[in-house]
Amino acid sequence: MKRINRRDFIAAAAGAAAFPMPAIAQGDARVVVVGGGFAGATCARALKKLDPRLTVTLIEQSRTFTACPFSNAIIAGLRDLKDQQFGYDRLVADGIAIDFAPATAVDPQDRTVTLSNGTRLRYDRLVLAPGIDLRWDGLPGYTEAAAEAMPHAWKAGEQTLLLRRQLESMEDGGLVVISAPANPFRCPPGPYERASLIAYYLKTKKPKSKVLVLDAKDAFSKQGLFQEAWKALYPDNLEWVSLSKGGKVTSVEPATRTLVTDFERYRAAVANVIPPQKAARIAELAQVTDRTGWCPVDAMTFESKQQPNIHVIGDAAIMGGMPKSAFSANAQAKVCAAAVARLIAGQKPDEPRLINTCYSLVAPDYGITVAGVYQPKDGVLTDVPGAGGVSPTNAPKSTREAEATYANGWFNTITAEVFG
Amino acid sequence: MHRIGIFAAATILALSGPARSADAPPGATSCTGCHPATRADTPVPRLNGRDAAQTIAAMTEFRTGKRPATVMDRIAKGFTEDETKAIAAWFAAQKD
Repeated sequence: MKRINRRDFIAAAAGAAAFPMPAIAQGDARVVVVGGGFAGATCARALKKLDPRLTVTLIEQSRTFTACPFSNAIIAGLRDLKDQQFGYDRLVADGIAIDFAPATAVDPQDRTVTLSNGTRLRYDRLVLAPGIDLRWDGLPGYTEAAAEAMPHAWKAGEQTLLLRRQLESMEDGGLVVISAPANPFRCPPGPYERASLIAYYLKTKKPKSKVLVLDAKDAFSKQGLFQEAWKALYPDNLEWVSLSKGGKVTSVEPATRTLVTDFERYRAAVANVIPPQKAARIAELAQVTDRTGWCPVDAMTFESKQQPNIHVIGDAAIMGGMPKSAFSANAQAKVCAAAVARLIAGQKPDEPRLINTCYSLVAPDYGITVAGVYQPKDGVLTDVPGAGGVSPTNAPKSTREAEATYANGWFNTITAEVFG
Repeated sequence: MHRIGIFAAATILALSGPARSADAPPGATSCTGCHPATRADTPVPRLNGRDAAQTIAAMTEFRTGKRPATVMDRIAKGFTEDETKAIAAWFAAQKD
């Protein structure tokens, strides 16, 4: 009894075999989450809730998060930027350590993250939720300086306000042009919700004006519903030009706010250029991006297919049929947290099921949705057959009003879960 | 001597993380994107602490089209009866 002899050791080993040995002593396990948006902040909180013994550190460069969903309503003068802004106090109260500095390097071999302030953090599992970067090499003429004249407003904040101010100072009769990118990009219905709400603003405030959407695609999210609404609400104020009708913008000239296609030159009073996108830079530095610029991940755990112990969630990841939405990011984050907690405990993650619901406003009292249910199939997150789809066409006004009300409720709920 | 073995096994068990029974069934964690886990200004009902039979009945009626819906008719079709029961039971047990 004084010393553990060989027989005791075998007994202990047998016990360990029955309950798979944790990869690391769990009380010491460290998870670092990079990015404090819908994906990262959700994941950090879910991890801490699943296992309070985990050391969870969130890396985020800004002390205030500005949410993208509903930011199109700000552009149209229907909402204030402060309604989109959230802090991280409740995450700190949950016991999450937060380092407000950009991550500048990831070493997948040493399992370390380095921050701009010199801090180096070791991790057992790293969750990257960095969101997107705009491809400044993706559209000739569209540089960071050009975005001051032709805002993208595709990361909510100062750019959102800039586009709003430009619309407000535009004279009636002006031409607003939106350039929409090819797939994939953040928020697939976003450009069309934006066109709708800008048309609403023009119709009510500057009725001789028009918004023109130049598109690098022939089809887009909720297309039938948007087009039905545009015909009914904005026949004189909104026009969409598809790829096959020459809609693809091939270059821009910021000095004159000109957008160039293969067939035409459009000189805009206000130009909103939504450029091609890719996973944010830190994903490249962590060597988890592929040639597309996005991050391939396992469909069960969202662990990178390129680097073990690094998981990628949210807009930066390739998630099969799931769109790059805040709802998806939040849902993926909770599944990822459960998988990470299981893996750290030496347990097998469950096969996940995920939901996405995505609201768009065509007018303040006119909402439409797309929803989907997803599960892994042949290694890819795939729509569950028979589920999901878009709102009905030819629906009564009451349905559109109800979806606008639910859209507001959704925003309140998800931001309360993530930041409240 | 056996006691040491049992103790070691118990220790490993204790360290091996949250009990499996507490884990959310597939799909459940997505719901709180719209159904508030705590409090939020929304017409959408809370599922946490809600009687499982109520949740199951609502999901069944959404699936068959008997209950009017905006998105829930489309979402309910992504879950079988057994999957719905597991989700409803898990939410019923969530008290916070």
